[in-house]
Amino acid sequence: MSILFIIAALVAVVAALMVISRRSVIHALIYLIISFLAVAMTFFLLGAPFVAIMEIIIYAGAILVLFLFVVMMLNIGRPAIDQEKQWMAPQGMIAPIIMVVILLGELGYYLLIINRTYKTSAHTVTAHEVGQSLFGPYLLAVELVSFLFLAGIFAAYHLSRLEVDTDGHGEEQ
Amino acid sequence: MRMMIGQLSVIFGVLIAALTAAAFLIWLERRLLALWQDRYGPNRAGPFGLLQVPADMIKIFFKEDWIPPFADRQLFVAAPAIITITVLLSFAVVPFAPGIAVISPDLGLLFFLGMSSLAVYSVALAGISSNNKYSLIGALRALAQLLSYEVFMGLSLMGVVMLAGSFNLNKIVEAQRHLWFVIPQFPGFILFFIAGIAETHRLPFDLPEAESELSAGFHCEYSGMKFGMFFVGEYLSITLISAMTATFFFGGWQGPLLPPVIWFALKTFAFICLFILIRASLPRPRYDQLLAFAWKLLLPLALLNVLITAAIVLALER
Repeated sequence: MSILFIIAALVAVVAALMVISRRSVIHALIYLIISFLAVAMTFFLLGAPFVAIMEIIIYAGAILVLFLFVVMMLNIGRPAIDQEKQWMAPQGMIAPIIMVVILLGELGYYLLIINRTYKTSAHTVTAHEVGQSLFGPYLLAVELVSFLFLAGIFAAYHLSRLEVDTDGHGEEQ
Repeated sequence: MRMMIGQLSVIFGVLIAALTAAAFLIWLERRLLALWQDRYGPNRAGPFGLLQVPADMIKIFFKEDWIPPFADRQLFVAAPAIITITVLLSFAVVPFAPGIAVISPDLGLLFFLGMSSLAVYSVALAGISSNNKYSLIGALRALAQLLSYEVFMGLSLMGVVMLAGSFNLNKIVEAQRHLWFVIPQFPGFILFFIAGIAETHRLPFDLPEAESELSAGFHCEYSGMKFGMFFVGEYLSITLISAMTATFFFGGWQGPLLPPVIWFALKTFAFICLFILIRASLPRPRYDQLLAFAWKLLLPLALLNVLITAAIVLALER
């Protein structure tokens, strides 16, 4: 189990690195999808198959499709790729890389030296348990999220509404 | 060891059955369309024109497999594989008979939904990597359509899940021992079937490839076996949606007298024929009508169905 987990985690990390280093937006997106699939696999191996499947359906299958949709609307040609190349110049990346390495070192030190009690797949969380905790202790959070979604839907509807001038004085206000 | 062999034989059995069914569907569709449109269809090669399938296969294998120089090569090659892989993976959770399924996971229904949502990438990547205006428009249409119809495809199945009390397809079939779910879940069945037609982008919903306006939509630059993969992928997904409809709403492999596999095949076949009949009889709607239909009519209906089913299930449990 541990080997499988390490492989999936490695794929996720490598894919995530590829996402930020690709010049073509589409290729970066494909790597992001692969990264999400790998993360789903790690969730699965940690004993949370429901979260894994939701990761695939919602993140890989819906949200990234919307990303792709937007990318397809943009006309990305040679100039955009050249600009991307400019932004990826090495001298601009040194400072962020040093900071990230420091953070990564701290995380590794904490996980490997101080707190060594990480475990994989203690028990499998079923869909039933997920539902029970969503509508039990986390009910308030679920309700708040649904408010947020409702507000989002209304906002999107309002922004995309066609301004049809039916009675002659709709546009002035 | 014996279990391994049993499992392997199930895997290869399912693969071969699915691919053969998809190949013969091409012939079946042309014959049935011809029947309903008052013509003969392919009837020359072999008995009833059955050898048309091998003839088509030979033809498609020998066609030049051309990748346009302006295309994004890697994505162009990967796109047709994605649809075939995702659909074949979905077949892994289909219960063909008691004990005959490649895997029977507890979240089988969600696995099917996940795979069908990943299949979207095939169309999208094909359209975007072809670097062709028709392909791009086709892919844009496909993305918006598949996203919209996926939303209530999942919702329409939640009634079934509530009645069966499980995401496991085997348990869903077992729960229909006395009453097929099509009776308590009739709206769910209609919604799921409409969503299924849209997911396979078949004729009333074939705007992504609408040949009269987009030449061939997202696969317009494809030729040879890569086009063949899209073609087979489409027929595989028809078979899959038909098999899933039979599983979720029509009792799967359950039925009197005949062995379970035969019942399952018969039910699946009936829905495949329904797919073809719908193609033969319905015209294509306008694109805005298609999306308005999904969001303004079908989605509220699916939500209502979930609400009412949940209320009844809770009331009966009291």
